[in-house]
Amino acid sequence: MQFPILSVIIFTPIVAAVLILFIPAERKTEVRMTALAAATFALLLSLWAYFSYDVSAGGYQLLEKYTWLPALGISYQVGIDGMNAPLILLTGVVMFTGVLISWGIDDRPREFFAFLFILATGVFGVFVALDLFMLFFFYEIAVFPMYLLIAIWGWKETREYAAMKLTLYLFIGSVIALVGALAMYFSSGLGTFDMLALEQAGFSTRFQQIWFPFVFFGFAVLGGIFPFHNWSPDGHVAAPTAVSMFHAGVLMKLGAFAALRVGIMLMPEGAKMHMPWIILLSLVNVVYGAYIASVQNDFKYVIGFSSVSHMGLVAMGFATLTRNGMIGAGVQMFSHGVMTALFFAVVGMVYDQAHTRDIPRLSGFRKVMPLVAVAFIVGGLVSMGMPGFSGFIAEFPIFMGVWESHPWIAIVAAISIVITASYIIRIIGKVFFGTIPEEFDHHVHDVTVLDKVALVFLSGILIIVGVYPSIMVPMVESGVDKILALLGGA
Amino acid sequence: MDTSLFAGSVNASMILAVLPEILLLVLALVVLALDLSLRDEQRSSLGWITAGGLLVTILISLAVGRPGAESRFVWGGMLRHDWLGFTFKMMFLFAAAITALFSSELARMGKRGEFYLLMLASTLGMNLMASSADLIMLYLAIETTSIPLYVLAGFLTRDEKSTESGFKYLLFGAMTSAVMLYGFSLLFGFAGTSSIYGLAQGISSGQLPTGALFGCLLLILVGFGFKISVVPLHFWAPDVYEGAPTPIAGFLSTASKAAGFAVLMRVLLAAFPLNSEIAGYWVAIAAVLSTVTMTVGNFLALAQKNIKRMLAYSSIAHAGYALIGVVAASQLGMTSVVFYLVAYIFTNLAAFGVVAAFGRVAGSDDIAAYAGMSRRSPWLALALMVAFLSLAGMPPFGGFIVKFAVFAAAVNANLIWLAFVGVINSIIGLYYYLTVLKVVYLYRSEEEEKPLPVPASHTLALGLLVVGIILIGTVLAPWFGMSNTAAAGLF
Repeated sequence: MQFPILSVIIFTPIVAAVLILFIPAERKTEVRMTALAAATFALLLSLWAYFSYDVSAGGYQLLEKYTWLPALGISYQVGIDGMNAPLILLTGVVMFTGVLISWGIDDRPREFFAFLFILATGVFGVFVALDLFMLFFFYEIAVFPMYLLIAIWGWKETREYAAMKLTLYLFIGSVIALVGALAMYFSSGLGTFDMLALEQAGFSTRFQQIWFPFVFFGFAVLGGIFPFHNWSPDGHVAAPTAVSMFHAGVLMKLGAFAALRVGIMLMPEGAKMHMPWIILLSLVNVVYGAYIASVQNDFKYVIGFSSVSHMGLVAMGFATLTRNGMIGAGVQMFSHGVMTALFFAVVGMVYDQAHTRDIPRLSGFRKVMPLVAVAFIVGGLVSMGMPGFSGFIAEFPIFMGVWESHPWIAIVAAISIVITASYIIRIIGKVFFGTIPEEFDHHVHDVTVLDKVALVFLSGILIIVGVYPSIMVPMVESGVDKILALLGGA
Repeated sequence: MDTSLFAGSVNASMILAVLPEILLLVLALVVLALDLSLRDEQRSSLGWITAGGLLVTILISLAVGRPGAESRFVWGGMLRHDWLGFTFKMMFLFAAAITALFSSELARMGKRGEFYLLMLASTLGMNLMASSADLIMLYLAIETTSIPLYVLAGFLTRDEKSTESGFKYLLFGAMTSAVMLYGFSLLFGFAGTSSIYGLAQGISSGQLPTGALFGCLLLILVGFGFKISVVPLHFWAPDVYEGAPTPIAGFLSTASKAAGFAVLMRVLLAAFPLNSEIAGYWVAIAAVLSTVTMTVGNFLALAQKNIKRMLAYSSIAHAGYALIGVVAASQLGMTSVVFYLVAYIFTNLAAFGVVAAFGRVAGSDDIAAYAGMSRRSPWLALALMVAFLSLAGMPPFGGFIVKFAVFAAAVNANLIWLAFVGVINSIIGLYYYLTVLKVVYLYRSEEEEKPLPVPASHTLALGLLVVGIILIGTVLAPWFGMSNTAAAGLF
């Protein structure tokens, strides 16, 4: 039997979480070392899974299937294809860097890492799930630790409110999607939650048209789609740095990915009917999100709303139902995940030193933390979609796809690039350049080595994908071709 | 009804059918004898002995007392030896064992033999409730269950709240039981038989008008509804739970409620079968009750400041979720009810167990008093989190899969609206469970340096429950299979 690599990836974090809980609370260094070891292990395995994927063969690979509840046709079934392989890698990367950046957490680090790793298990599980029940199972596991992570270790001002809002929003979305999934299960008459079988179930067009919005929006809430995006900036801002990274970097992809896999792939006819107006919602995300980001004075809110804007591009790419659009959206999920993790890492580092995130008060940080400034600039260039960075590889095909299907929307959406450039450049100029104010003179220091490792790692990935897109694009293409086949070559 | 059931002598299979009850009786007598002979300092072992005895009872029953594939009437048609009854019996015995462990270290009850005696008597009643096949037997079983519980609720005689609790429970219980008995007598009169499984035939041959039958149905449902605390028969629950000793509140909200569900399912499906005209009425009533119970329970839970009252309203809401499966009125529906109750018993016992352990040291059941608990005792806090997240329906805990099962049953029966009512309600539930977890994990208090010792009996019981909750939520097939077999006994 072949090594069950995907299962090992899924269960590494939760096993580590249990081990960590058994370490006495006062031995904080052991807790951190265990966490780092587990994160490194998961990262290596996800790299292995990513690079072992055979693009020329395509389809689902590294399949594992075990019966779970045969009476209801529930199985534990995992596999990777071109769409989720980059997301596995993304999760490994964010988990690894998240642990590095959380080294300084001193209040109950044991519980912190345990909850963070339970979350990671949920995320891995959703990405590789090929069984609908299993997908929900892990989806919920990914949602609830968020509440505690934000409420306990978050920003004191808003954490209780933001944590509750986020949890309720996401839970509402998921349970509504759950009813839709049950409707699919019973309507198919196949008596199985196996998504590969449900893809071929041939639901009636009417059924798909009725149920598609429930399932799609149920998940897209977590993808931050307008008008259900409201939880996301609040949640990002209130969360501690590593959780923001996870949250914006990985969790929002969870929503977009599940909306794709359960919504679009299982109910393609429904997608065809509803996408023309969903693309308008995503347009609001893209432009309005960017606009709101540009008028914020809180550093973290800027990044929070930029996530809303960039996730809008993902939704828009999928909503075009064109090959280019979907390829772009697939790469954007990865690119934005790494980029936004980098952004939140930078915000966290600045805040830890300055104890404020008020942009007008910040200035000149380049002098004390040069590497952080460089990292932010790299992230900024990705965010603007500059060639040579992964953002270009992602956004260019999205706009091509939108142009093919809805030229007017492409024109309006393009405005967002300008707005994005304006707020990124404003932050670079204001926060990192200029002279450092006296109030920060004494207590602002450079970041730790671990933080630097994380920044270099994240920036490096953005550049590698930018200059060598063949490392990812063909893989996503193979995934998209499969979706297009389900859509009937649309 | 076949008259041969009423004839014949006692044989081995009849004894085996009531083996758990016989063992319970023996155990009760042992406890009584020990209570007389043990010295004061040895008395804390009474809880352990009760729990151990119950465990032995479970093991012996599982080994030799299992029903066959065919359901059989025994003891002159008074009892039905089937998987439904057997499964529920095992659940009651388990719940009683856990309750004994929770009680053993509590002041003014843990060292008193009569406490365990009463609890075992009540468990005996529940066992008979689950297997009753005759209205008269059923009524006796319900009273055998209830009367010791009235006493147990008011067991702390020097505590005003406890005595009030016991008295209130008695008054409500007596009234609803009288109404139910009236319903039983009418049914007996109309059908000419007291056998639950003979009622349907008797009724159909009697050409009874639907209106009269509907009246009987309502009267009976009053009694059952009280047991499972559906709205509008829920008023007693918060007051009784709040005042009763915490382990007893846990016992009431789990075993006693499950017994009510066992009876409800059996009587509805046997006496008012699905192919009869009246079935549509009880399905409709159950749908209304389920919706109202979930919604009222959850909304009132939102406002609670006392954790036992909150859990009382939450347990009302959970009766509503479980009723969804009854409304679905299918094999899957009944399976999901049994499955729901299995997970619910583990989960709610764990929740009340944590409350008991905390209240024992802190002396308060206010939610606000839980501030800083995770710093005082991380493991107890973790147990509370597992229990509450399971109640909220989060994986990988038992609460998720069973909610999934009842919602699946609803969608399967084309009751999509009811599934939506259920999911919206589970969101409200999530809110108040998280609120408590927030207090436990987030808030600081001046007392957080004080240790929070948890006695060994509590640790063992909570450990078992937490492991059980996780096993139910992750290893799905055996539990579902067991529930399915039990539900098959209904049809």
